[in-house]
This record gives sequence, structure tokens and C-alpha cells, in this order.
Amino acid sequence: MAWEFLTIYWREMIRFTRFKALLFSSLLQPALWLAFFGVAMSSNFDRFASAVPAPPGVFPVEYLTFMAAGVIAMTTLFTSLFGGISLLFDKNWGLMREMLASPIPRTHIMIGVSLSGMTKSFIQVIIIMVFGLLIGVHFFPGYTPLQIAVSVLGILAFVGVFSLGFLLFSSIISMRMESPEGLQGVITLLTLPLFFVSNSLYPIQAFPPLLRALSIYNPLTYLITGIRYFTIGSDFFAIGARYTYTPVDILISFAVLVIFAAVMYVLAWQTFRRAVVT
Amino acid sequence: MAETIIDVKNLEHTFNGVRAVRGISFTVREGEIFSFLGPNGAGKSTTINVLTTLLPLQKGTVRVADHNVAQEPEKVRRSIGIVFQDEVLDRDLTVWETMEFHGRLYAIPREERRRRIDEMLRVVELEDKRNERTKHLSGGMKRRLEIARGLMTAPRVLFLDEPTLGLDPQTRMRMWDYIRQVNEAGTTIFLTTHYMEEADMLSDRISIIDHGEVIASGTPERLKNALGEDVVYLETENDAEAREVLDRLESIRSITESPRGLSITIDEDGSHCLPVIMDRVRGAGIGIVSVNLKKPTMDDVFVHYTGRELRDTGRTS
Repeated sequence: MAWEFLTIYWREMIRFTRFKALLFSSLLQPALWLAFFGVAMSSNFDRFASAVPAPPGVFPVEYLTFMAAGVIAMTTLFTSLFGGISLLFDKNWGLMREMLASPIPRTHIMIGVSLSGMTKSFIQVIIIMVFGLLIGVHFFPGYTPLQIAVSVLGILAFVGVFSLGFLLFSSIISMRMESPEGLQGVITLLTLPLFFVSNSLYPIQAFPPLLRALSIYNPLTYLITGIRYFTIGSDFFAIGARYTYTPVDILISFAVLVIFAAVMYVLAWQTFRRAVVT
Repeated sequence: MAETIIDVKNLEHTFNGVRAVRGISFTVREGEIFSFLGPNGAGKSTTINVLTTLLPLQKGTVRVADHNVAQEPEKVRRSIGIVFQDEVLDRDLTVWETMEFHGRLYAIPREERRRRIDEMLRVVELEDKRNERTKHLSGGMKRRLEIARGLMTAPRVLFLDEPTLGLDPQTRMRMWDYIRQVNEAGTTIFLTTHYMEEADMLSDRISIIDHGEVIASGTPERLKNALGEDVVYLETENDAEAREVLDRLESIRSITESPRGLSITIDEDGSHCLPVIMDRVRGAGIGIVSVNLKKPTMDDVFVHYTGRELRDTGRTS
């Protein structure tokens, strides 16, 4: 078994923890989203939502809890999309040459960077969940400790696969781009449609047909489906729409994310194999 | 004769239609210090990048440490160490972490790795800086760290691309000592430099390339002597008479007279010719006031072969 990617992972994690200010802000930012945007929106939405009461027997969910899952997904998306930037810096500062001239297989460079990005997402997700619970997000309603443990593992599985996909995607762009500004531009251009054409903040059911069709191709939609299933349940009602998930739906969502990550892996592998950095 | 450790045959490399390297061939012998010189844009860096597997081989054959760079790049990588021309240090890692990272990249087992880090840091005198971040090191310390890093994998060939660029004379001399030490311990050194006296002092052999081709090769002595431009400055009690005496000497190419004496250009090695000249002049009963021998430097050799025009300043070679 080849463990060389751990070397890259180790260095990435040193970098992550070395800059205390950066570390702190990257952990605090999602919590702030939840605190300000979440609380402000939910106090508004819950007022309207009371006009459409949940059908009898269906579990109603307040907006803060509904969108908390979206914040988890959004944070994962942003962190992962920018995760490949360390490769761009390595390339621009010449550090990439040390790695490319060493015997370490190139795939391990991208795997190491991706796994460190995934770890960062895991840490952020846990922080958001803990912080959410503190400010009144009702995750895991009536769950036993075992169910909670299983749910957290389920969330991490979804987050893990999703972040790998986007980290590899980000690595591909980083390897092809010349400047951090270019990468920033591409990513900003992508984050808006990805984030808003999804079920992160509102239900897809009320989208116009085109947006709705687009949302089906958005990996973020599948991540959020998974997170809501594990944090809220398989049948609930939120902002005027009923959500029901069967285990098959969840497996399909997971499979979509796995396929997405696999495609990105192949593309990233081709990019790395051909990359010439001097 | 020592074995060949780098064997380059008819290497060609083209970038966007520009032939940066046009069929060069040379060999480096195991255990020697080999200097690879040339003006900016001559094709040096391209050649080094192919030799170190950073650029794919396009045309020709290149063997480094018994492996073909095209077929077994990983084995080549295991056998070489590189100190890049520009600084390649993660500013935010400590000295020790920089070494540890490198050792892990080469999969050196933990115990062995830690031992070598200690040893190498001692050699380059950075032991007390091990927990310092590299951005806080001086230019010379950074260079020493990079050399220590290049050496910790015990490479058979160490590529040094302008190792003393921008260093002060003291640090540079120190660097030469390290390079010699490393070489004496058995590592072959492949050196590029723009400092001709550095190449002259360190190298066993030199190749000069320009416009993508090797234009001169040999030991520093041979290259300098081949110019045949040793000049003797001679001041005597009677320059005109001395000139007449010397005119008959075969190895003298030309003599010019100036108010401060004679300058005599010699065809062969001046150090052998000088005693003869002095004997002749004294033999003719002419007293010598002063004498001075100027041999061509590597700078003269370099300019002789590569000319005086400035090269593209935008691109590094």
C-alpha cells in the first residue's frame, strides 16, 4: 500500500493550522452565516410559513433548522472550491517542482491536497452543527444517541464525497490557471449558480421549470438532500413544502455524488499526468 | 577512467516552434564536478529540466545514473538531488519541517530520516535554526538549507543551478567548501553558474553551450590555454633592445611597445614561456625592471566563445 499522499496531507495540515487568524476566520465564518443570515431569515420566513400549515401528521420544521443544512452544504462547497488554490501557490512559488522532481507519484499530490481539504470541511461541518444546536437549530429530533452517531457519520460521508469532487475540480482549474486572480474569477462565477440553483435556502418545488431542471444537475442539491435526511428525517414539512425521502432516494443521491467525484478524479488525474511545471 | 553517470546524446527540445536545444551531446563522469555554462537563453535550464525529468524528453537519449529519463523517470528522480536556481522553500515551514517533508517525499524511513536531518543540518551549520521558519533565514542560510535538503537523500548526482547567486563573497566561499566536501564524499556535481571564477575553481570539466549547442568542452586549464592569449608585460632597462632579442623566439606571436614596457602575446602556455623570455633578455645583458604574466580567465574564455552581444534579458536560461 502506498501512503505517500500522507506526506502532502501532513504539510497541508501544517499550513492550515499555522495561520491562526486564517484558521479562526475559516471556522468562524460559517457560524456567522448561521447566526446572522439564518436567524434574520428565519424570523421572517417562519411568519409567512405559518400561513401554510403543515398537513396533519407531518412533522413541521422551522426555517433555521431547514437552512442550517444548507449552510453546512454551502460551507463545504466554498471551502472545497477554493481548496485547490494551494496547488496554484505551489506552482507559482516553484514549490511544485520539489514535488514533481521527487519520486512521489503525481496522483498522491492531488490525493493529499484533496484529503486535507476534506478534513477541513469535516472540522467546519462539526463546528456548524455544534454552533447551530447552541443557537436553537433542531437537528436530530427525538433521535437516540446511536441514531445521532449514525446520522453524523452519514453527513460526513456525504460531505466527504462531495468535497472530494469539488476539491479535485478546483485542483484541475488550479493546475491549468496561471494566477490566483483567474482562479478566483472562475470560482466566483461558479459559486453563485451552484449555490442558488439548489435547495439550500428554499424548496426546489417552486422553481420555474428551467431552474428546476438545472438543479437536478447540481451536485449541491444531492448533498443537501443527504444532510437533511440525516439531520431532520425522512418526512417533514418546511416553508410550505413537504419533503419525503426514501432510503433509495438517499442511496441515489449518494451515488450521484460518488459518480461526480469519480469523474473529477479521472479528469484531475489526466491533468496531473500531463502537467509540466518548470 | 571513471564511469559515465550522465550521458546526453543529440538532445533536442522545442518550445512553440523555437528550438531551445539543438542536438547537444555531453557526458559527465561519476565523481566529478561538471560545470554547464552559457549565456541567458542558451538552453541551459531546458537541458537541466530534461535531465531532472521536469520536462519530457522530446528527442535524443538522456541517461542519468544508469536510467533512461524517458523510460524510468522515477528511478532517475530517486538518484538525483536538485538545488533550483530560484528559492524553492515554503516560507511558513520551519527548517526541520522543510527537511522532514523532503525526506518523506523520498520515502526515507523515519529513523534514518531523522538521523540524516540532524546530520545534514550540522554539516550546513543550521542546527540552531531547526525551529525557525524559513522566511526568517538570511539568503545564505536559505541556500545552505536547500543544499542540505538536496543532499539528505544521498543522491548520486546533485544538480546545483546557480547555487551562489546573490550571495556575499564570504558565504559564497563557504558554499564552495560545502560543494567540495560533498563532492569528495562521492557525489557527482552538475553545476551551472554565471560566475566564471566559480566554475574555474570548482570544476573538473566544463561545457559551454550557446544557441542550444555545445560550443566548447574541456578542463578549465585546457579551455583557458586553448585561447593562446597569455600576455607577458615586461619592463626592461632597454625595451627596444629587448624586443630585438625576443623577436626571434618562435612561441611569441606579437610584441607591442609602450612607454610602460613591452606586452608580449604568447602562443603557448605563458608560464612555461616566461622563464625562457627572462633568460634571453638577461642573457643579452639587459636588466629586467618588472615582469607580469596575465593568463586568460574563464571570463575571457566565455566571452571568446559566446561573443559580446547581450542576450534576451526577459527569459532565464
